Amino acid sequence: MRPNREYKIEEIDLGDLLLNVLDRKNRGERISQICAAYVDGKYELSYSFIQDGLHRFTTLRVICDLDTEVPSITEIYPMAVFYENEMKELYGVNVKYISLDYNNKLYRIEKETPFLPKEKK
Amino acid sequence: MGKKSIVPFGPQHPVLPEPIHLDLVLEDEIVTNVIPSIGFIHRGLESLTEKKDYFEMVYVAERTCGICSFGHGMGYCEAVEEVMDVEIPDRAKYLRTIWMELSRLHSHLLWLGLLADGFGFESLFYQSWRIRERILDLIELTTGGRVIFSVNKVGGVLKDITPDMLKHILTELDQVEADVRVIEHTFLFDYSVQSRLKGVGVLSRKQVHMLGAVGPFARASGINIDMRSLGYEAYGDLDFEPIVSSDGDSYARCEVRIHEIYQSIDIIRQAISKIPEGELSVSVKGNVKGEHFVRIEQPRGEAIYYVKGTGKLYLDRLRIRTPTFANLPALVEMLKGCNYADVPILILTIDPCISCTER
Repeated sequence: MRPNREYKIEEIDLGDLLLNVLDRKNRGERISQICAAYVDGKYELSYSFIQDGLHRFTTLRVICDLDTEVPSITEIYPMAVFYENEMKELYGVNVKYISLDYNNKLYRIEKETPFLPKEKK
Repeated sequence: MGKKSIVPFGPQHPVLPEPIHLDLVLEDEIVTNVIPSIGFIHRGLESLTEKKDYFEMVYVAERTCGICSFGHGMGYCEAVEEVMDVEIPDRAKYLRTIWMELSRLHSHLLWLGLLADGFGFESLFYQSWRIRERILDLIELTTGGRVIFSVNKVGGVLKDITPDMLKHILTELDQVEADVRVIEHTFLFDYSVQSRLKGVGVLSRKQVHMLGAVGPFARASGINIDMRSLGYEAYGDLDFEPIVSSDGDSYARCEVRIHEIYQSIDIIRQAISKIPEGELSVSVKGNVKGEHFVRIEQPRGEAIYYVKGTGKLYLDRLRIRTPTFANLPALVEMLKGCNYADVPILILTIDPCISCTER
């Protein structure tokens, strides 16, 4: 097992997402990854942050319905642009107001939302 | 105000083998804005979790990329092992560490060659790749493969390295080190090389931090992050310090990678001197139930593996966040304000791997 297993998943409401992310930015944390998953008919969105030096890896977990609008965090963390475009394109997450929205053209693929089960499209 | 134009760059470009497309907005010869597009080689590897069970997914993870293949397999296995509370044997940890560092060596030497090719120093390119051949031979000797090793499994490793092979690795590494010292002098002190790298593509520590860059790219700007210091596999037993520079330019990125070559050689020597006897793997029973994030240091920087399972043979989610994906925003920022002629070199200095990025 890894000697340092300090990682945490905090479940938050979608409405608290931007405030939480802003708080992380003010603490000097950098964004490490964002990803979506489809679990039991809902989206599970994970926003991971790292406090360098402390090796603290925290993931904010947001669970939302498939048609819910998710606010973009690119105004707070501009580098989130590729992560958000990716989850919009592969899973169909309805991310709104991405600073550079590729409109499903980030990946040059023919299938729409390929990672979402067929019956949910 | 100069003449404005938009120049498409890539996805096929003589200097850049990686299929990335950039729309470069120029004012005369100066880049003022960059709009990147990726997605030409997206293979949907993560969604293969629907068709391959979690044991077979090791081979899928390994095929994410040809250069960091071993690391991807190892990162995936570690993530599954963490969820399933599997403790692999110490010998397997050391073997993984040795192969990981051999991967880093061949990746950095490959990059040095590509960089030399990028600034038009053909003989330096040949020399870098000639040295890399020795590393590939070692990898072939110990695993049977040169690109995809396929030695990782959930619970340990599939192959051992015999004492004779370990001795041979040490002998070869002495020669590699001597050869690298020769090309290092040209990379770091040659006037024409310096003129292409020094002061070009400077990113400050603050910029790199806020743009989320990782790996040698971030360390060249003074950010002391190296996931190996988390102490996974055998790294916790070995002495090393992250190589950091503060200049933040292309020269610093080259310098950091060259010093990391010596560091990797040293880590392999330490690992060989301490490798314990014992089993190669433990048997793994049951299915993945739970989730875990694992971070490892690939040659290009921090890579993240996320697995989630609900007790079935097939995972619910596999997520691989590769270093180049994290480095793209910093690349875009770095290109703004640079000279058009420096664009290929600057892209090369992040050591891009678009195959990894798109998965």
